[in-house]
Amino acid sequence: MSNKTGLLTSSIGKKILMGITGLFLISFLLVHCFINALIFFNDGGETFNKGAEFMGTNWLIRTMEIVLFIGIFAHIFLALKLTLDNRKARPIGYQLVNGTANSTWYSRWMGLLGTLILMFLIIHLAHFWVQSRFTDNLAHTREHIVGNQITMFDRMSIVFSELWIVVLYCLSMVSLAYHLLHGFQSAFQSLGLNHKKYSPLIKTTGVAFSILIPLIFASMPLVMHFGIIK
Amino acid sequence: MSGHGNMNLTLKVWKQKNKDTKGKFETYQAKGISPDMSFLEMFDVVNEQLISGNQEPIAFDHDCREGICGACSMYINGRPHGPKGGVTTCQLHMRSFKDGDTIVVEPWRSAAFPVIKDLAVDRSSFDRIISAGGFVSVNTGNSKDANNILINKDDADEAFNAAACIGCGACVAACKNSSAMLFVSAKVSQLALLPQGQIERYDRVLNMVKQMDEEGFGNCTNTGACEAECPKSISLENIARLNREYSAAKLMQDKVN
Repeated sequence: MSNKTGLLTSSIGKKILMGITGLFLISFLLVHCFINALIFFNDGGETFNKGAEFMGTNWLIRTMEIVLFIGIFAHIFLALKLTLDNRKARPIGYQLVNGTANSTWYSRWMGLLGTLILMFLIIHLAHFWVQSRFTDNLAHTREHIVGNQITMFDRMSIVFSELWIVVLYCLSMVSLAYHLLHGFQSAFQSLGLNHKKYSPLIKTTGVAFSILIPLIFASMPLVMHFGIIK
Repeated sequence: MSGHGNMNLTLKVWKQKNKDTKGKFETYQAKGISPDMSFLEMFDVVNEQLISGNQEPIAFDHDCREGICGACSMYINGRPHGPKGGVTTCQLHMRSFKDGDTIVVEPWRSAAFPVIKDLAVDRSSFDRIISAGGFVSVNTGNSKDANNILINKDDADEAFNAAACIGCGACVAACKNSSAMLFVSAKVSQLALLPQGQIERYDRVLNMVKQMDEEGFGNCTNTGACEAECPKSISLENIARLNREYSAAKLMQDKVN
């Protein structure tokens, strides 16, 4: 018997890839959050700028940056493919659906939450990543400043001086929190990593991660806008 | 006819001539319904009234009417098998509704379950998935001694829980993606957990998943709606096991697939 059901074509294969890319993006969030949290040293961004310099110059991190973009695109591409397939699977919808009776709203709206996160991501990359990679506007640390250059920490101060941007970042972190609340444990389920003893631990860790990481991220524009960190 | 405590209900029911025609909702009045009737008995009463009025009755699937055959399949007020957990439509009683209620009844909605007529859908896609691998091949001959093959009690219990699936399709109907993963996972699990199922283990999962995909079911997004609506309370753990079995088959099988 032959099976032409590859990883990219079978339903379970696609879900496994969705889970792997999801967990990879979760690991990125952890690193990103750790580096950014260096602003809480409240030393005018000195420690943070050193962290940013390391992330911007280390060859391993730079390679992983490419892998990260592949991961993000794969996650988005798979999500679109799965969503389109799923639409085809129910050509005529129900007149009345009582979704709240059997599932959480955020598990049913992962696509919308993901789209909101993608829109945020584009704005966020334009704010910081494009500035650091494709312009000469940013210096790694204060000692390296040439001409009108500023540091990444200064860039954060400027971006977060606008209140509407702070609000946008905070709301986006709410989307991220709900996306993670379903996504974290869902990734383990898709990979078949399920165990009577360990699954409750995975679920609890997922909830803690989904609340803590977005909360720490959201606190950054807030503390910088209101001058608690400067 | 309307005795003490009996109910009058308005039914909005999907009517469709056959799979090639477009259907629409029709409104019916169900009068003098006893709260002790099952949901299907209520439909019997309505159909008798329709027949005596020279109108066409509403087609719906039913067989054992005791919750074990998996034939009944109504999507009632936005939920498969209605508002109660752990029951099929035939086990749902009219006391779960109030006098004067309007009840919306739809067929299972899935590309893989085409409507045959009204509320009856063609679930032969499930049969084809089973034919693809949901079996164990055994030599016929004299019956073996009982308990010839020893089975761990925990595995036997888990296999039995998975085998409780009656194949009604409520999981597909409940899933926002029309995924059949809970059904397929239960059928893969019940055999993967037992020693008799080991010989065809890898072929089974690959072939059943392949057939599931070919039938046009959607992809699981782990919302858990299937588990919540399953009349036999089949656990999501089976889907994790199916994913595991699938990965194992992909990695471990020596054949080039």
